[in-house]
Amino acid sequence: MKIGLFIPCYIDQFYPKVGIATLELLEKLGCNVGYPMDQTCCGQPMGNSGSEKEAVKTAELFVKNFQTYDCIVAPTGSCACYVKEHYDILKQTDATKYVRENIYELAEFITDILKVDQIDATFPYKVGFHSSCHGQRGLRLAQSSELNLPFFSKQKQLLSMVKGIEIVEIDRRDECCGFGGTFCVTEEAVSVKMGKDKVADFVRNGAEVITSGDVSCLMHLDGIIKRQKYPVKVLHIAEILNNTIER
Amino acid sequence: MSRESILAQIRKSKPELVGLPILPECHIVEGDLTEQFKKTLLLVGGQAIEISEGDIELHIKKMFGYLKLTACNDGTLNFSNIDTCSIDDPRELRDIDLAVLRCRFGVAENGAVWLTDSDLSHRALPFITQHCVLIIPKNGMVWNMHEAYQRIKQENYNGFGVFISGPSKTADIEQSLVIGAHGPKSLTVFLTT
Amino acid sequence: MKHSEAAEKFISDNERTNWHDKALWFVRAKRDIAIKQVAEWEELRALASQIKAHVMSNLDVLLEQFEANAIKNGIHVHWAKDAEEHNNHVLNILKEHRVKSLVKSKSMLTEECHLNPFLEKNGIEVIDTDLGERIIQFRNEPPSHIVLPAIHLTKEEVGETFHTHLGIEKGISDPKILTDIARAHLREKFLSADAAMTGVNFGIADTGGFVVCTNEGNTDMGVHLSQVHIASMGIEKIIPRQEDLGVFTRLLARSATGQPVTTYTSHYLTAQSGQVIHLIIVDNGRSKQLGRADYVKSLFCIRCGACMNTCPVYRRSGGYSYSYGIPGPIGSILAPGANPKEHSSMPFASTLCGSCTDVCPVKIDIHQQLYSWRQDLTEDKKTSSSKRLIMKMMGIVLAYPKLYRFSGITARWFLGFSPRFLIYNKLNLWGKQRELPSVPTESFRDWYSKNRRANL
Repeated sequence: MKIGLFIPCYIDQFYPKVGIATLELLEKLGCNVGYPMDQTCCGQPMGNSGSEKEAVKTAELFVKNFQTYDCIVAPTGSCACYVKEHYDILKQTDATKYVRENIYELAEFITDILKVDQIDATFPYKVGFHSSCHGQRGLRLAQSSELNLPFFSKQKQLLSMVKGIEIVEIDRRDECCGFGGTFCVTEEAVSVKMGKDKVADFVRNGAEVITSGDVSCLMHLDGIIKRQKYPVKVLHIAEILNNTIER
Repeated sequence: MSRESILAQIRKSKPELVGLPILPECHIVEGDLTEQFKKTLLLVGGQAIEISEGDIELHIKKMFGYLKLTACNDGTLNFSNIDTCSIDDPRELRDIDLAVLRCRFGVAENGAVWLTDSDLSHRALPFITQHCVLIIPKNGMVWNMHEAYQRIKQENYNGFGVFISGPSKTADIEQSLVIGAHGPKSLTVFLTT
Repeated sequence: MKHSEAAEKFISDNERTNWHDKALWFVRAKRDIAIKQVAEWEELRALASQIKAHVMSNLDVLLEQFEANAIKNGIHVHWAKDAEEHNNHVLNILKEHRVKSLVKSKSMLTEECHLNPFLEKNGIEVIDTDLGERIIQFRNEPPSHIVLPAIHLTKEEVGETFHTHLGIEKGISDPKILTDIARAHLREKFLSADAAMTGVNFGIADTGGFVVCTNEGNTDMGVHLSQVHIASMGIEKIIPRQEDLGVFTRLLARSATGQPVTTYTSHYLTAQSGQVIHLIIVDNGRSKQLGRADYVKSLFCIRCGACMNTCPVYRRSGGYSYSYGIPGPIGSILAPGANPKEHSSMPFASTLCGSCTDVCPVKIDIHQQLYSWRQDLTEDKKTSSSKRLIMKMMGIVLAYPKLYRFSGITARWFLGFSPRFLIYNKLNLWGKQRELPSVPTESFRDWYSKNRRANL
């Protein structure tokens, strides 16, 4: 099985270590991973801003880059969700349909396709997990608190396999952090207020590290943490699952 | 005519016909209907008391003896001191302290009691009274609203029917619950055996 | 005003924002507890959604059936294509019965039609009788929430309002005492009113009756003590069968406040003796919305307010930050249908987190509709031209890998080497209250080229 690794634009440019951790983790789990060199973005920034027509060319490029892989894996729930839900803007060719059906968020891929039940990782810290909305309610990587259905979380399930980790529960387990794409600047005041409340929830409950399946949420939270000098760090879930260093 | 233009616009706009789903007969739940009713009524600010038919009068006197004006829709109970049937204008019910009303049945899942025009000399009575006692037979209980509406369909009602679940209440000021908004300040349900 | 501007104002009072957020989150939490008591909750949501889908697809037939049965029951039925016609119907009915004073229970439809100012202008005394509505009526404010109209006010402010308008002592802020005062005040109004006006929660096609749900009992106090009952109903409020109420009454109050059912669920079939019932069936844009395939589900709404309580944006920006009378997520998908230009910022007042969709008891795909409205408003050039231009440019950069890589290098170079004042200025909204990420020297692609590709 040949896996196509999608590293979203902002991870590529600002968080290469998240891309590296994702790649190393997949390789450790025995995957044959390829990285199409001409990839850019999934098109979501334009779509969420109301300009999905401007996203068509970017989306076409995405399909062209990834159509030859057996599975496409991305360390983001948000972009994966965009490809699945919103690539109806493209002509539904076999390639488009194939790409939409075979894209997976990282944790989803590890639990559902690789069916991994142990992870060789160590991370002796108190970790709070932020369930990003598009992963949770879009891809259903975890059960929403709004529904009366049994709880599960694919990402928490993986985190619980890490040695030494202590998972910290927060008061509002799946409230949005306030990033929201261009929302973070067009609705700056609300976005930041939501982010502050989210960070405070983690800090109040003793988290030393906040992790998530989406770097976009973490980038927003980290911006607040650094400005407000909160005693907590952010790491993408791949960085924890790929970690073998003791405290 | 607006009627015709609205209907014409609807006919033009409406989506393709979608079938109407069949409703569940009743979701079967295991449990004690009476206990569930009592628990739920307490939760919504009322109380339910199991009582034998013969003890009703005594119990009401014990609970509400301090109240002056009491109305009742059952002539066999002997404590009413106002004949509401002889009143024309419902506004004259304004001073009633207690209304004691025999009703149809209760709903265990939400503590509601069903009453209709035929249980009422005036529709205003269960709302305008300061306190309210509703009497239902203990075995006249349904589990949930699906069952309740099946029963209503069989029995039919004319004019007006209401489910009452607990005393009137509001939380409009800072979300703090206050019992006794416009209607009764207390609601007691007697479950008779 | 744009939502973002109004929201910023609201948030500038941090303490009040926290209080507002917590008060509504508390309601959401009560709702969660209540729905967990109903094992078949998700089944009920699906049923309700299917019933509503049927209603929309058969609305003309059901309305005619409803009307015929209502007339058989002696109800006077009127039709109104818009707010103006609705208001005129009400005024004419009131004139016909020589009504001077009207008690009203809560109806979002009459808010939508701006009925109160219209009647007052025509010399009718209008008394809102829902406690929250009465409070905001004194203050001359619109509701900030569809179920909890005065949720934006503190108890101290309510005390102050009663001091001004009811002449009570200054400084009273106990909710129990304030409610007692309102009870006494409104009792007099109920007893002296000539007519009562109500909304309609459900119009039942197969009986011709209608149902109104309240907790305070104000609807029934008003209706049963007056000679004229006027009920206003949006065309979408129809349900086919009386037994469908089994589904909706189980969903409504649990979703709204976490109660197992509203205190009063009143079924009006015929008028009591000596009374008349007038029912006004109102379109006001609904039949147009019915024809918009992407948005028709917005008409499923049963006005429980759960989407507001769960919305992280609504809770932190308050009802008044939205330009339309119905605020929050549901308001944001209804408003652009009513007036796209005026309410163009509302669909953007969301992170598209999807909580509204999952909480909705009739399964309206609210966040999908927000996304769709964004597309439609942009397409119709109802959004800012600079934003559209930025998106166009982004679309070009991201479609060409070389251009993207060049832009990435440039951006990282700029962020890495510029002095702080060049980056953190008022043009940078991200940086107003947040740090930018620290800039790596190489992109993931650069790293990959060196560390993996070389080995291939």
